[in-house]
Amino acid sequence: MSQPSVASNNGFSRRRFMAGTVSAAAAPLLASTAQAEAPVIPQTKLRQPVVTSLRINEQPYELSLDTRTSLLDALRDHAGLTGTKKGCDHGQCGACTVLVDGKRVLSCLSFAVMNDGKDITTVEGLASSDGKLHPMQQAFIDQDAFQCGYCTPGQILSAIGCVNEGHAESENDIREYMSGNICRCAAYPNIVAAILQARDETKGA
Amino acid sequence: MRPFVYEQPADISAAVAIASRFTTSDDQPTRANAQFIAGGTNLADYMKLGVAEPNRLLDLNRLKESGLRQIRVTDDGIRFGALVRMGEAADHREVKERYPVIADSLRLAASGQIRNMASLAGNILQRTRCEYFRETSWQCNKRVPGSGCAAMEGFNRQHAVLGDSDACIATYHGDFAQALIALDAVVHAEGSRGARKIPFAKLHRQPGDTPHIETDLAADEIITAIEVPAMPWARRSLYLKIRDRESYAFALASAAVALDLDGETVREARIALGGVATVPWRAGAAEQSLQGKKLDETSAEAAADAAFAQAQPRQHNAFKIELGKRTLVRALLETRDMKV
Repeated sequence: MSQPSVASNNGFSRRRFMAGTVSAAAAPLLASTAQAEAPVIPQTKLRQPVVTSLRINEQPYELSLDTRTSLLDALRDHAGLTGTKKGCDHGQCGACTVLVDGKRVLSCLSFAVMNDGKDITTVEGLASSDGKLHPMQQAFIDQDAFQCGYCTPGQILSAIGCVNEGHAESENDIREYMSGNICRCAAYPNIVAAILQARDETKGA
Repeated sequence: MRPFVYEQPADISAAVAIASRFTTSDDQPTRANAQFIAGGTNLADYMKLGVAEPNRLLDLNRLKESGLRQIRVTDDGIRFGALVRMGEAADHREVKERYPVIADSLRLAASGQIRNMASLAGNILQRTRCEYFRETSWQCNKRVPGSGCAAMEGFNRQHAVLGDSDACIATYHGDFAQALIALDAVVHAEGSRGARKIPFAKLHRQPGDTPHIETDLAADEIITAIEVPAMPWARRSLYLKIRDRESYAFALASAAVALDLDGETVREARIALGGVATVPWRAGAAEQSLQGKKLDETSAEAAADAAFAQAQPRQHNAFKIELGKRTLVRALLETRDMKV
């Protein structure tokens, strides 16, 4: 997706500042290759970080995490992937939806350590390497399926999951099976239209 | 959130062994230092809120016993492994055909994402959504025994009118459990004192004066399976759920109904009510009132009256009695009219 044009006159952008901060903070936590191959030492004490292996958007990550870290916070604050959004942080809004082993789940209600060895797909991993958007991303643009955009990454991941589950066969189906994703701007009719547009292409993707 | 040690036991006996090492026989599962986690949709939320405070989490998702992840349909009925996810069971072809009330109750619960995460056993053990239970600054006898109940004189629109006590009026919000109690399901559990079967109706405890005791389970006991007996006539069954919004909301009132009919005459009726009681609620009096009767609007209304005869309204939830009755009447008539 195109970068938002938030750069100020001196070329300093909020996005770049955030990304720089996150990678600087995350760097000491990344385990070296040698450590990653060593057997994982079971955690025996409270607050002892646990090395967690995640495959995020087909890239391997080794993150040293407090066990309390949600998958959402691991993605945003430790892997530096801020596309996944934190809405309510209590499983009520769907903004944090990602795919784990191909199934849509709420990353805020899952402890990152429980996802060791799993395949995670976030909105950053949907476009192909040549920059071509996933059909569902393109459909959200074509159908004007968002206003503020905060819920959109979760909507798109949930929509892909919904299609792959076979629950997007009718408008009513889509409304029922997408009910876990709240859109405060109420773009619902256009979200339904976007899912209908991308449904068949998504099945093949 | 309180820090916790995270463990992944390899099999059921290892999980039980760790749990019994870190709990005592007096511990309630919901208050023990070591607690089990599967989907985490309920427990992770309550840990964030400070309502649940385990310092050791035993992740059951890597248990090696494959039966925990299987749905098996046999001549004796159907057996759900405890770790089967809600979404998988809701979409299971034979569950939908043979026990529509089960498939409905799962499909109408939570959201697509949560159904992909939540295990069946975890779902039946989900804890109340009472606002005063969730927010730790309020008094709550379930969260802090003896501290009082802020819901009693508070905003209690969501609260229970059946099975309540002077200590607690928190609603049991689950849907699947209503189908299970109606169909006489049995829960299999394993703990340090061995394996046992618990009739579904004995799993949850009404609050009485000990609302912090929520189930019959010990802190080191794991639900391994849920069995529903064969019941050919359960093809005529459904779950009707009424809520503030059309989807992704807890029930204000719901009804699980299964009918064995001879023409329009009731041979046997199974009825459970959700959203209105403190525990999964079998409406025995309503079932009896229908037995041998022609099922029509009059007999359905009489059954609904019987179901709510003991109901105890509070300031903001009296509407649930009328809503609950109408929900049951509609569920009964719609079940009668099902083409099976």
